[in-house]
Amino acid sequence: MAPIRWAQPRACAKWTQTLRASCSARARSYATAQTSRGGRPFRLAIIGSGPAGFYTAYRAMSRIQDAKVDMYEALPVPYGLVRFGVAPDHPEVKNCQEKFEEVASSPNFTFVGNVSVGTPSDHPDGCTVPLASILRHYNAVVFSYGAAKDRTLGIPGESSLKGIYSAREFVGWYNGLPEHADLAPDLTQGDEAVVIGQGNVALDVARMLLEDVDVLRKSDIAEHAIETLSKSKIRRVHIVGRRGPMQAAFTIKEARELMKLPDVAFHPIDQSLIPADPKTLPRAPRRLMDILLKGSPTPPSSSSTSTSTSTATKSWSLDFLLTPQAFHPCAADPARVGSTTFERTALSSPFDPHAYALGTAQTVSLPSRAVFRSIGYRSAPLPEFAALGIPFNERWGVISNDGGGGGGGRVQHEERTAGAAMAYGRFPGLYCAGWVKRGPTGVIASTMEDAFATADAISRDWGSGDVPFLNPDGEGGEAAGWDGVRRETGVGRARVVDWDGWRRIDRAERERGRLVGKEREKFTRTADMLAVLG
Amino acid sequence: MSTPRLLAQTLPGLRLAPRRAAGAIAQHARCYTKPSASPAPAAISPCSRPAARHARWSSPFQRRAFSASPAVSHGHVETPKAGEELYVTFIDKEGMEHKIAVSKGANLLDIAQAHDLEMEGACGGSCACSTCHVIVLDQEYYDKMPEPDDDENDMLDLAFGLQETSRLGCQVHMTPELDGLRVKLPSMTRNLQSSDFK
Repeated sequence: MAPIRWAQPRACAKWTQTLRASCSARARSYATAQTSRGGRPFRLAIIGSGPAGFYTAYRAMSRIQDAKVDMYEALPVPYGLVRFGVAPDHPEVKNCQEKFEEVASSPNFTFVGNVSVGTPSDHPDGCTVPLASILRHYNAVVFSYGAAKDRTLGIPGESSLKGIYSAREFVGWYNGLPEHADLAPDLTQGDEAVVIGQGNVALDVARMLLEDVDVLRKSDIAEHAIETLSKSKIRRVHIVGRRGPMQAAFTIKEARELMKLPDVAFHPIDQSLIPADPKTLPRAPRRLMDILLKGSPTPPSSSSTSTSTSTATKSWSLDFLLTPQAFHPCAADPARVGSTTFERTALSSPFDPHAYALGTAQTVSLPSRAVFRSIGYRSAPLPEFAALGIPFNERWGVISNDGGGGGGGRVQHEERTAGAAMAYGRFPGLYCAGWVKRGPTGVIASTMEDAFATADAISRDWGSGDVPFLNPDGEGGEAAGWDGVRRETGVGRARVVDWDGWRRIDRAERERGRLVGKEREKFTRTADMLAVLG
Repeated sequence: MSTPRLLAQTLPGLRLAPRRAAGAIAQHARCYTKPSASPAPAAISPCSRPAARHARWSSPFQRRAFSASPAVSHGHVETPKAGEELYVTFIDKEGMEHKIAVSKGANLLDIAQAHDLEMEGACGGSCACSTCHVIVLDQEYYDKMPEPDDDENDMLDLAFGLQETSRLGCQVHMTPELDGLRVKLPSMTRNLQSSDFK
C-alpha cells in the first residue's frame, strides 16, 4: 500500500483527467492524498514560527510525502503573535498552540530557534544566518515572518513628544516581547488616553487600560505590565477613527467584551451614523450596531441623562469622523504630549461600508496624556531581498505573490517584456504565508486558511513534477537542510534552541507562574530564556 | 526510510502528547506514518467505492468513510453502546457523506476530529474562533437545537459562507432529538480549481 507515486507529470495529469471524467467528486478527494516527486524527500524551510508558519508546516507535512520541515525563529521561543500578540485575557485563542505542539512532535520537524534569517538578530545572544545560505540547502522556502513594523501617521509631534506609543510596542510590552520589555509607558500623567485607530488591536489596548488589574493579574501578562497598570491614572479612553461605525474594523466580540467590563461605561455614540432601521442590515453589521446602540449597563459618571445612582468610574467612547492632525505638548512638560488636534471628517456615504472620509476643515482637540497609535502593522523586506531580486511590494507591505483570495502565496514578480506587456515571473521554490503574504489583517482562523492555501500550492507544485524547485540535485538527491546551513555558516549548536530547549523554557515559565498563581510568567529577556538552558 | 524505523521514531512523540487532543493526534499520526502503521479501514464506504481501489489509494492521508462501524481510534469521543447509537451525517468539502454512529452528549467538533474529517477547531472547542463552522441541512433539525448564544453568534458573524442554519460544531451536542442530523462543512475559497489538475 505505497502512497501515490507519480512517475511522470504527464501520466499524473492523464490519470487525474481520466478519473475526473469518471467521477469528479472522487477525483477531488483523491487530490488531497499525499503528493511526491518520484519518492524524493522534500526539504522545506519556514521562516517565522507564528501561526502562519505552523499551519503551513502542518498542512505541508500532511500533504507532501517525506516532507521535512525546518522552522527558523529569531527568538528562542516559538508562536509569534499567538504568544506576543493575542491579549493575555484571551487564553482560549491560544489553544491553537496544542496543534502546533503536535506538529513539532513529528520526527520530520525541526525547530531552529534563536536563529534569525537575513536580519541581524536583535539580541546579543542570537544567531544570524544569511538567506542566501538557506536558499542553497532547501527545495523550498516559506516566508512567514509577519509584520514586525508599524505604520506611522507622519504628523507633527509624533516622533518628538513623549507619551506617544505605538500599539504594537504596547502590546509587545504587556505580552513580554523582549524587544519592548523596556517600553515603560507612563500612565500616570492624567486621566485621558487616546487610541488612534479602530481595529481589534485598538480595542485590546483600550481593554488593557480599562480592565480590572486583578483580572489581568491571573493571566500570563508580563509582571512589569501589572505593576505599571496598577498605578495607571487613566479613567477615560477615546478610541478615535476617521470613519463611522459602519466602516469600523473591530469585530463584535471585542466590542461586546468592552461593553461588559464591570465598572466601565460606554459613552453613547452619535446615532446619526447608524441607519435609522438597523434591522434591514445584513446579519453581522446589524448585530454590531445593536451592541453599539445598546451601550453599557452602567452609565458614565458625567452623563447628564443618568438617573441611576450607580455610575462607573472608568469610561470609553468610540470617537468617529476624526483624523489626527498634530500632537501638542503639555503646558506643564513641553517634552510630553498634552493634547491632539483632529480634523473632523465627513463620509462620502455614511452607511456604505466602503465609504471614504473627506476633510471638513473643522478641528477638534482632545486632551491626551497618553496616546496609542493603532493604525496597523507593516511588514518589511528581509535585507537580502534586494540583492537576491526577491520582489517586495512596499506600497502594500507584502512580498509580491499570486495570493489574493485564497491564492497560493507563490512569490512572483512583474516583468516588462519587450512589447511592454506585463508578465509574471515565478521564483522557483519561494512561497509566503500569513501577514507578509496578504497584509496585517484577520484573525488566526484567516491566517490558518491562508497558510493552508500556501501549503496546498506547494504540494501541488511539488506533485506536478514539472514546476521547478530549488536545488533539484542536492547531495545524494537530497537537499541538506539545517545541517547544510549550519556547516556552511558555522553557527554554534550551543546557542541554537531546538524544540526540546523550548520545552525546557516553557516548563520554567510555567513553574515561575505557578509560584505567583498564574498560568505562566514569561521571561522578558532573551538572556533569561537562554539561561534556562545553561 | 523503512516503515519500522519511521514508526519507532514517531511513537515516542505520540506518547508525550496530551490526552485531550488524542483524536487530533491520531489523525496526525496517520499523516506521518506509513499506511501499514494505520489500523485497517474498518468501515464500509457509503459511496460504494470499489474495495480494490479503496485499498490501493489508502495513502497516509486517506480519509476514511464511516457507516455504522465504530471508529478505531477515538480519543475523547465515546463509542456508543449497542442500541443507543445516534447518527449524524457530515457532508465534507468534496461532497462525500460520512454517516457516523455517536453517543449522546458528543459535540460535532469532537466527532469530526475523531473521524478525520477536515475540521480544525483552532481554539480547542472553546467558542473563540469559527473554524468548526457547520451548516445544518434541515431547518427542522436546526430548530430542535438550543439557540446559539451571543458568543457563538459573534464567532459565526466572522465565519466564511455563513448561512441561516450555520452553527459552530463545538457548540452542538448530540441528543436523541438530533438523531439523523445532517450537516455540511462549508467550502472554503482554497478549494481546488479544475486548473489545479492541468
